[in-house]
Amino acid sequence: MSGAGVLFDAPGPKARRLSRILSIVTAIVVIGGLGWMFATLNAPRESGGITLPGMFDAVRWTIVSDPEMWGFIIGVGVWGTLRAALVAAVLAVALGIVLSLMRSSTIGWIRIPTAVAIEFFRGMPVLLMMLFILLVAGTGQYWAVVSALAIYNGALIGEALRAGLVALPRGQREAALSVGMRPLQSKMLVEFPQAFRQMLPIIVAQLVVLLKDTSLAYIVGYPELLRVVLNNLGSFYGNRFLFTLWCIAFVLYLAMNLTLSWFARWLARRTDRRYHPGKVGPAPEDASQALLVVDAAAANNELGGQGR
Amino acid sequence: MDVVVVNLPLYLEGFATTLLLLAVGGIGALVLGTLVAAMRISPIATLRVIATVYTEIIRNTPLTLVVIFCAIILPILGSDLPYLIAGMIALAVYTSPFIAEALRSGINGVPIGQAEAARSLGLGFTQTVSLIVLPQAFRMTIPPLINVLIALTKNTSVVGGVGFVSELFGVGRTLANANGDAVIAVLVGVAFFYLIVTVPLGLLATQLERKWVVQR
Repeated sequence: MSGAGVLFDAPGPKARRLSRILSIVTAIVVIGGLGWMFATLNAPRESGGITLPGMFDAVRWTIVSDPEMWGFIIGVGVWGTLRAALVAAVLAVALGIVLSLMRSSTIGWIRIPTAVAIEFFRGMPVLLMMLFILLVAGTGQYWAVVSALAIYNGALIGEALRAGLVALPRGQREAALSVGMRPLQSKMLVEFPQAFRQMLPIIVAQLVVLLKDTSLAYIVGYPELLRVVLNNLGSFYGNRFLFTLWCIAFVLYLAMNLTLSWFARWLARRTDRRYHPGKVGPAPEDASQALLVVDAAAANNELGGQGR
Repeated sequence: MDVVVVNLPLYLEGFATTLLLLAVGGIGALVLGTLVAAMRISPIATLRVIATVYTEIIRNTPLTLVVIFCAIILPILGSDLPYLIAGMIALAVYTSPFIAEALRSGINGVPIGQAEAARSLGLGFTQTVSLIVLPQAFRMTIPPLINVLIALTKNTSVVGGVGFVSELFGVGRTLANANGDAVIAVLVGVAFFYLIVTVPLGLLATQLERKWVVQR
């Protein structure tokens, strides 16, 4: 149902004019609303006898031109976030590969405990896992953050890869076995590489989530972007710059996440073109939704593909 | 294990707060998300643009940042909401674009031939949407919606983590600090309460998706 145009008749000149007028009116209302918010925030306020400058007053934004602050934000904050995210991403993919192979093993006492462990890790908040590792394993904040992110996202990636393995056409395995490969060889050399390429968009989408989740490290006290900007700089410059600092953190996060999201989307489109040339409609962009769909498709395939 | 048994009332209190956050945040997110989804398919161009920009921005902002905005920055801007309400607002706003996407993907999943067939039989817009498209979109929407709710359940921990609402995570942190010798028991207890919400919901979502993917 991508084209909503089917649902109603093509609008005539009157309807088109009406929609154009409504469009302009909404635009004016929205711009007016934003302007009102800006004016309200910018109005100086009286507090205990002194007048506080408005939120967008130049006094509150002087720090933006301080190169030392930017050096600190980039060198400590952004670097801290990226350092945690990169290491966690590598570990999560590695863990995901191992878990997916164990989860699709033919040996019951490997497969079933892995399945239970995956369900367990998927159902828990990452934050709780960070706190657990921090307090119980006593690894320090950096490794608590990295390993919690790696375990949580590794479980999800493992589930995605397993679904990818199951969703492969049966002939792949049959052909590999019939040319004399052993089951493990078939899995490692024939099935897994295909499953990995097909699931790559989901994995990258999950890594976007991982990057976003590094901000949870704020709560366990690891100095990443948010903590550096809000706590360290917040107490250095004083509370009156807190709003400014929040805006800086917001823009930086948005820049990092949007870049990675666009990359994930581009990758998904490319994979889609290559593997499903006849397919209509894009795959779900959301990692958890995409996972749900492949999971169901895999279950369907497991039943012998009666659905097709 | 004694720590958990002794502090069971505290746990249950935290669990109730978590469920409250989940319920109010979820309902708020459903309302906001439906609104955003409707705006995204509306014939008015400005509304579509606003909804798209809103979705992109919120989806790419970490939840921690949103919660901090509602809990710490809003008071500076002059609001005096209690932290619990601020947390609910943060959760509802953060979750709404995910709900909108789930709804949209459900509607997009209905083959276009269905609507074409309905239109060619002479059904109008309201009839096509209410009798043909929505009933089919509904079943494709429920599993993703459940998935969003699972994520929301886990996300409530951030509201407690930022530090002002004592829901499950907050209770767990307090108890872990107070009982340094039984940290494992305390935190496993907290995990248990999260899992009794998320695991059944997850199984339900998978079950429904499997059932309906076969019928499609």
